[in-house]
Amino acid sequence: RMAEDVKEESVTSNDESDLAASDGSLNNTMLTEGSCLLRRMEISVAEAEKRSGKNAVSIQETYTVYLVETRPMDAIAEGHNPPPDSLWRRYSEFELLRNYLIVTYPYIVVPPLPEKRAEFVWHKLSADNMDPDFVERRRIGLENFLLRVASHPVLSNNEMLYHFLTKEHGWKEMVYETGFQAKADSRLRALSATFRVRSPHKRLVEMKHYSDGLQSHTSQLLRARTRVADRLYAVYKVHGNYGRVFSEWSAIEKEMGDGLQSAGHHMDAYAASVDDILEEEEHYADQLKEYLSYAEAVRAVCRKHELSQFELEMASQDLISKKQQREELATGIVRTFSLKGMTNKLFGQEAPEQRDAKLNLLEELIAEGEETVKEKTAECDEHAEKAWADIVRFKDQKDKDLQEALINYALMQISMCKKGIQVWSNAKECFLKM
Amino acid sequence: MSVGAPRGLASSGQKLITEILHPLSAAEEPLSPGPDVTISAEKDKEPGLTNGTPVEISSPASASVLLSRLQLDGDPEADAHDPFGSGEPRDLFVTVDDPKKHVSTMETYITYRVSTKTTRIEFDLPEYSVRRRYQDFDWLRIKLEDSQPTHLVPPLPEKFVMKGVVDRFSEEFVDTRMKALDKFLKRVADHPVLSFNPHLNAFLTAKDLNKRQGLALLTKVGESVKNVAGGYKLRARPAEFCAMGEYLDTFSQKLGTIDRIAQRILREQSAEYLTELREYGTVYSTWAGSEEQLQRPLEGVAGCVTTSCGALEDLSDNMSQDFLPVLREYILYIESMKNVLRKRDQVQAEYEGRLEAAVLRKQEDRTPIPVEVEKCQDKVECFNADLKADWERWQRNKRQDFKQLLTGMADKNISYYEKSQAAWESLITLLQEKQTEDKTSETN
Repeated sequence: RMAEDVKEESVTSNDESDLAASDGSLNNTMLTEGSCLLRRMEISVAEAEKRSGKNAVSIQETYTVYLVETRPMDAIAEGHNPPPDSLWRRYSEFELLRNYLIVTYPYIVVPPLPEKRAEFVWHKLSADNMDPDFVERRRIGLENFLLRVASHPVLSNNEMLYHFLTKEHGWKEMVYETGFQAKADSRLRALSATFRVRSPHKRLVEMKHYSDGLQSHTSQLLRARTRVADRLYAVYKVHGNYGRVFSEWSAIEKEMGDGLQSAGHHMDAYAASVDDILEEEEHYADQLKEYLSYAEAVRAVCRKHELSQFELEMASQDLISKKQQREELATGIVRTFSLKGMTNKLFGQEAPEQRDAKLNLLEELIAEGEETVKEKTAECDEHAEKAWADIVRFKDQKDKDLQEALINYALMQISMCKKGIQVWSNAKECFLKM
Repeated sequence: MSVGAPRGLASSGQKLITEILHPLSAAEEPLSPGPDVTISAEKDKEPGLTNGTPVEISSPASASVLLSRLQLDGDPEADAHDPFGSGEPRDLFVTVDDPKKHVSTMETYITYRVSTKTTRIEFDLPEYSVRRRYQDFDWLRIKLEDSQPTHLVPPLPEKFVMKGVVDRFSEEFVDTRMKALDKFLKRVADHPVLSFNPHLNAFLTAKDLNKRQGLALLTKVGESVKNVAGGYKLRARPAEFCAMGEYLDTFSQKLGTIDRIAQRILREQSAEYLTELREYGTVYSTWAGSEEQLQRPLEGVAGCVTTSCGALEDLSDNMSQDFLPVLREYILYIESMKNVLRKRDQVQAEYEGRLEAAVLRKQEDRTPIPVEVEKCQDKVECFNADLKADWERWQRNKRQDFKQLLTGMADKNISYYEKSQAAWESLITLLQEKQTEDKTSETN
């Protein structure tokens, strides 16, 4: 019964949620085993508002805030209809949450946010962040983000997520206090460096290549779709000119006049219809954009594992060289060329006390090193295991979501065809009456 | 009476009717094409008319029709019908088809088969089949215009095509031209006066058209028309002809606009949109190659896009081969109509000029109004009557033609959307089946 309620309630006021299947029920991927938060709490991003205020450097700015509403699931299940708790969040706060999650769960494919700036914009579409259509699509995207996070088996348990949803003031400070920023910065530096891994994880490397492909294909598709949208717009709008000329022509005709005039109106309607058609298609584009961003997230997980692997290999290398040093000191036999070895040969070996001190230090370092290697090996293995599990989950979700998106796209095309047939049939009626 | 009476008048022989019917001349056609028409070198000149006036050939149909026309003037019900004998059954059927390329050392050209079926006594046989090239149609049109200047002769498709820009021998071009030639000939064959023109007869029946002499006369004739009309200024054009002129101007303008719009749509649709759409389809295909579960759905979408592209091509072909040529033809038709209106103005101007001169002379020395002036008046009245009748018929045909043209355009667009819709709908079925398949295999 709880499951049913979740399906019913979580669809909320958002008809265009791309998480809802065409029959209105919630997509299966929302209800994976162990999804916690979403089962306990109904979440939605209900509204958007413009605000004005002074920013950090005391400059007046206009920005949009989004209303995040939550309601306890058990109250709903019991038939009460409590008013939701709510708080306002800016896009930047969502970004903060996401960055925190990425750093905290490096092996999880963290759901993406809707685009920061409008991209793949066909020329009549507004690229203005303040444009109401853009804001509305962003609202949907932000809700989608929260629902995905709150239903994720791992991410949904995060405390900062809970506070994001419930604690309006002081949340940002709380997040900063975790110190995640420093970790984020060092990771970023490490990741941007090029490094070679000796024994790469085969499946994760494959996945990285797949994610590169997914990124390239979705962005190609988005670009091509933009160009098609531009052209389609032109074709429809030029037909509007028929409206005007038929009207002018009808003025000099007797019997043909009425038919022509009415037909002209239908041509005007035809030209106008493309605006709605293309606006609806933006939702399809948004679904593609989500997976374009998802591809980046997958790649990031693979890269972070590579980094772990690399650090492990570095640590192992270091341990090996320290062990070698110990052996050399102990036996006096120099296997590998070293400057120390040379100077020793030239200037004589050092005193036994010094040698012993060095040996002891080395032993400590080796012990530490072994611990490090053990930890890092475990970390790396754990990372790989968890990453793979989440990637498998991601693959299933992607297949279902994109198939759903393609079906919806096909439905949009059918709708467009039906509208076209309707208009031209109407025009034909008028022509027959000429 | 000249040697070789005008064709078709053998049965009538009433001079009065002859005069009424042939306001512009009483002389017969000095030259005619085809072996079965006698050529007379003599030209009978009527006093008062200058040399080389265009020749009108009568036909029995127009004699009786003209009489009935004169009676019908006050009859509103009759006016509503086609005064050109809507009750008369059609007895002349023509078709233009079967284009063939001819290659000779001098030139390469296309001929078309012109087939005729008729029960008219003017034709010796009930059926004919000849081959004609564009030049021959052009000759026929010029002959008709010259011999029937008071009537509207339908236009031909454009004569000159820029070599290198248009392929004169491409299937589409030949097909479009052939359809226009067929339409031209059918319109002539349906015209109650033009269809009895001996030039048409020759065109339809003669093995070889001997046209050269006709062309020489043409240049002389062209000049003479100018001479006749030159120097006379029109005083007052009757309101209805003014209205016709205005209508034609505006109509021509609107058609020009529609032509431009249609061309723009064609460009946007079949060049720009189609190109992007094709590219769009291939992106889906490419992506499908790197997916497993999504491969079929993505391929499916690519397939639907391809189908839509094909349907779009069909639509564009239709627009360029059927819609635009008919539009252009009407623009040409309007031009030739304007010419006829101008000719009518000239005839009226001449009459007014002569009348004025005659009246002045009468006032001076009591010279009676010469017969030629009365003849001019008749000319004017006949021209006006012919023109009005042709105008009505032209308006009716125009209405039919445009109704057909525009509903055709609507049909083609509907067909395009239907094809596209069918493709997407079958994809949905496929994908939804797959979804249920996936769900059941999951729960298993």
